[in-house]
Amino acid sequence: MPEIDTGNTAWVLVSTALVLFMVPGLAFFYAGMVRSKNALGMLMQNFFSLGLVSVLWVILGFSLAFGEDVGGGLVGALDHIGLANLAEIPGFGDGALSIPPLAFVAFQMMFAVITPALITGATADRLKFSAWVLFLGMWSIIVYPVVAHWVFSPGGWLFQRGALDFAGGTVVHINAGIAALALIVVLGKRKGWPGDAMPPHSLPLTLLGTGILWFGWFGFNAGSALGANAVAAQALMNTHIAAAAAMCGWLVVERLKDGHASTLGAASGAVAGLVAITPCAGFVGIWGSLGIGVVAGAVCFLAIQLKFRLGYDDSLDVIAVHLVGGIIGSVLLGLLADSSVNEAAPDGLLLGGGTGLLVNQLIAVGATLAFSGIISLVLAKVLDISIGLRIDDEQEAQGLDGSQHAESAYSLGDIRSMGKVA
Amino acid sequence: MKLITAIVKPFKLDDVREALKDLGVDGMTITEVQGFGRQRGQTEVYRGAEYTVNFVPKARVEVLVNDADVGRMSDAIAEAARTGKIGDGKIWVTDVDAVVRIRTGEKGTDAI
Repeated sequence: MPEIDTGNTAWVLVSTALVLFMVPGLAFFYAGMVRSKNALGMLMQNFFSLGLVSVLWVILGFSLAFGEDVGGGLVGALDHIGLANLAEIPGFGDGALSIPPLAFVAFQMMFAVITPALITGATADRLKFSAWVLFLGMWSIIVYPVVAHWVFSPGGWLFQRGALDFAGGTVVHINAGIAALALIVVLGKRKGWPGDAMPPHSLPLTLLGTGILWFGWFGFNAGSALGANAVAAQALMNTHIAAAAAMCGWLVVERLKDGHASTLGAASGAVAGLVAITPCAGFVGIWGSLGIGVVAGAVCFLAIQLKFRLGYDDSLDVIAVHLVGGIIGSVLLGLLADSSVNEAAPDGLLLGGGTGLLVNQLIAVGATLAFSGIISLVLAKVLDISIGLRIDDEQEAQGLDGSQHAESAYSLGDIRSMGKVA
Repeated sequence: MKLITAIVKPFKLDDVREALKDLGVDGMTITEVQGFGRQRGQTEVYRGAEYTVNFVPKARVEVLVNDADVGRMSDAIAEAARTGKIGDGKIWVTDVDAVVRIRTGEKGTDAI
């Protein structure tokens, strides 16, 4: 066993808690944007990921993602089921990492939890809870650990090729974004979309959620340095600057196009910047993160129009923000990677490093899109045929809160009588 | 006995209340309502999707008054609620057959 570094360990443990906190952050970011009758349903789909995916991760998911490589970089072996034999995880036995393996397992668990939760924004207001539970479980075994293995595990084929992903541009954002698209292709539109008004019920909740996400993202990105070091500091600063620049970029374009700088625009822009910087956080300098942020803010705003052009109901713009933002970050990394920031990265094309990294980034993006997209589509189709993905029209009119959970998010005032307990 | 019902701009509610209090009114009922008249709704834009809000928030004021007071009461409300801009609202007066104060059982004008 290598020496445990207490500073590194402390930072990874704290980062684990920061990423955990992103789950309620995301839940409130989304819940504020839906109509009040669906607020609890949205919160629950996110919170439940903490329940189910954590359980699956320690039993099976971690081993599939980070176990000894099987099949030439395809998936991890089953020798860490139930977190057995953790000392033998690649990267630990050889002394490359100076944190306890269990800290790494916990940190990566939070990534596995929040990634599928991102999908729920696309399917808002109409996905049956039981169908979500099954999709979430199957996706967290069949899709997430496989892509995580490809990219994050030293044995993974994309890792071996030299494709870079600091904290999950492909594994988290493109992976969830394309899965969201696959799911809504099968699920269909909300009744009345796009003609009927479906305005957010509480943008203050959305802004609060954005603040929590932003806070937690420091753990997500800077924690991915897996140590308390210079790369972590660079990742933290890049994360913040990209979010800030993307907020500015989004609001400028929104003001020019729609006439106002909106609070929802400020929140959405910040998240778009956080998404785009995720793969780049520990690999680019400050000018790189500024550029990535501005581009992500402006392009993700414009990408929202795609759903109206193409007619898919991506209710809370998971595709425009996470899929498009993830692709922007992953591809721009091929241009802007800076070996003076992190010696683990080659220079990108604009820093004189040639096209090698860019090609690897494009391959990683393409492979994630293809694998996650196809498997997610199959999972969605199987569920739709077997138990049905959608709630019925009456339940949709009633809302997820009442129809799926027999609760209501808001019971304000004295007049609404609950009657007597039978 | 008459019931004066006034639909006014919500931010004018305090002015209306003060004006009526000055005339000796002891009570009134307020409801938050929505509707439209000549004033049209507003447009809201969420991530590029434009919604028209057709109904505008207003406050509904209801006051029970004696027949003799109707004129100056409704004048006072109109005076207090007026901004001169579109959407100032409306006042109407209806006959009331009976009034009962629940606590004391007083009836008619005694109960106003």
